[in-house]
Amino acid sequence: MKAWLENNRHSLGLAVKRMADAPIASLFSILVIGIALSLPAGSYVALDNAGRLAGKLSPKPEISLFLKADLSQDQGRRLTQRIASLTDVAKARFVSRDEGLKHLQDAGLSNLTAGLDENPLPDVIIVTAKDSDAKAMERLAEQLNTLPGIDHLLMDSDWVRRLAALLDFGRDLVWLLAGLLGLALAAITGNTIRLQIYAAREEIEVSRLIGATNRFIRRPFLYFGVLQGLLGGLLGWLLTSGGIYVLEGSLARLALAWNGRIDLHGLGPAEGAILLGLSALLGLIGAFLAVSHSLRRML
Amino acid sequence: MPCSARHDRRMIEFSDVVKRYPGGHEALSGVNLTITRGEMVFLTGHSGAGKSTLLKLIAAIERPTSGIITVSGQNLSRIRRSALPYFRRNIGLIFQDHKLLYDRSVYDNVLLPLHIQGMTGHDAGKRVRAALDKVGLLNKERARPITLSGGEQQRLCIARAIVSRPPLLLADEPTANLDEDYARDLMDMFKAFNQVGVTVILASHNQDMIRRYGGRTIALANGRVAP
Repeated sequence: MKAWLENNRHSLGLAVKRMADAPIASLFSILVIGIALSLPAGSYVALDNAGRLAGKLSPKPEISLFLKADLSQDQGRRLTQRIASLTDVAKARFVSRDEGLKHLQDAGLSNLTAGLDENPLPDVIIVTAKDSDAKAMERLAEQLNTLPGIDHLLMDSDWVRRLAALLDFGRDLVWLLAGLLGLALAAITGNTIRLQIYAAREEIEVSRLIGATNRFIRRPFLYFGVLQGLLGGLLGWLLTSGGIYVLEGSLARLALAWNGRIDLHGLGPAEGAILLGLSALLGLIGAFLAVSHSLRRML
Repeated sequence: MPCSARHDRRMIEFSDVVKRYPGGHEALSGVNLTITRGEMVFLTGHSGAGKSTLLKLIAAIERPTSGIITVSGQNLSRIRRSALPYFRRNIGLIFQDHKLLYDRSVYDNVLLPLHIQGMTGHDAGKRVRAALDKVGLLNKERARPITLSGGEQQRLCIARAIVSRPPLLLADEPTANLDEDYARDLMDMFKAFNQVGVTVILASHNQDMIRRYGGRTIALANGRVAP
C-alpha cells in the first residue's frame, strides 16, 4: 500500500516534471484544450440564461378568452365551469375584471389606471389546453370561439412555444458541440502524449529491460493526461467566466434600454466540477489510448 | 530424487535453439548448452558469432525461432508477455552501451530497478548506496552519468544490475572499451559476485582476460557452439 502510494506520488511528480520541462508546448496544449472547452461551456451558459429568461414566461400554452361586457360574473363563472369540462381542456381559470385590475396595479402600472373612474377591463377566462401541439390548440380555439358570451380570443403562446423549440434546438447544438470538442480534447491529449512517449523512448526501453510492467510505464503518462485535462478545464472555466464578465456590462445596458433587468449566471460550482471532471476524464482516455498504442508498437 | 536435484542445479538450458532474424540472417543455428547455478561462463567468438543474440535470448529480449530455452525452470517459449517483467527482475543486465538514463543522477539510475519492483524509502536508499559502494561510485551519487568516464559509466551500469540482487548476471562485452586497469577492476567485481553465488555470463573476445580468470568458456562460431 505504501509502495503503491509512493509509486503514484512519483508518477505524478514525473508528470509535473515532464510538463515543466516543455513549458511552451504544455501551455499551448492547455490553451487549445481550454478554448475548446470554453465553446460548449459558453454556449451552455448562454442557453441556460436564455432558458431562465424564457422560464419567467409561461411555458404552458394558454388561450385567453375575453368575455362580453354584458355578461355577469356569475354567467362568466358558469361558462368557465363549462369550458373546464371540455375534453381538450386541462384547466380553465376565471379572472374577474376586479382581479385583473389588481394584477395590473400589483405589476406597478397603477398610474395607468388611476385616472379612470371605471374599470375598463373585461372578465377573462384563461384556458390551458391538454395538448400543447399547435394544431390541437388551433382546433380548441375554434371550438371556444363558437361559445356564446365571448368577445374575442387571444393565443399569446405562439412565440413562447417558438422560443422553447429554439431552446431545444440550441440544447441539441450544445451537446453536439460538446461531443465534437470532447473528441478533439482526447485527440489533443493523445497527440501530446505521443510526443512525450517519443521523448521518453530510452527511459521506457530501459525500464522494460529491467522488469517494468506496462502499468508502471503507463502511469506517469496517465497522470500527465489528467493533469493537462484538468488545467485545460480550469482555463475553459476561467474563459467562460471572463466572457460573462466582459458581456455583463453591455447586456445590462441593453436590458436597461428595454426597461428590464438581466442577471447573467455563470457556471456554478457543480457545473464547474462537472466540466473539470469531464476534461480530466477525456485527458485520461486520450492518454490511455496513446500509451497503449505506443507500448504495443514498441514491443 | 536425483533427477529433480539435478534439475534444480540448472540455471540455463538451450536445446536445438535456432534464431533467424527477419530477412533470413541466422544468428544461431541449433545451439545446445547447459549452464548450472553459480557458474561463471565466458561466451567467446568473433563479432557476429551470435554472442549478443544468445544473451538476448536468455533475457527473453528476443524469442527463438525454434528450440527450447529454459531459464530457472521457466520455459521461455511459453512465457506470457505479462509475466516477462517479473522474469526480467531476476536478471541483472549489463550492456555494452550502458543504457543509462542521462536525465537523472547516478543515484536515481541505480534506484530505478528497485522503484520498478515497488521498493522505496529508507531500505531502497540503503541498497542503492551499497551497490554504488561496491562499484566505487559512492562519492558520485549526485553526479549526472554524462560527467562520468567510460569506465565509471560501465560500473554504474553494473551497480544498477546488481542493486536488486538478481541470481543471474548477463554482461555483453563489459570491458570492450576500457583500459586494461579498468577492465581488471571490473573482472574482479564479477568474480566477487560469482563467489557469493551469482551465476555470471560474460560475452567477451578478450582471450587474455579469459585465460587469466579461468572459468568455463563457451565458444561460438557461425551460430553454433564450437566443440
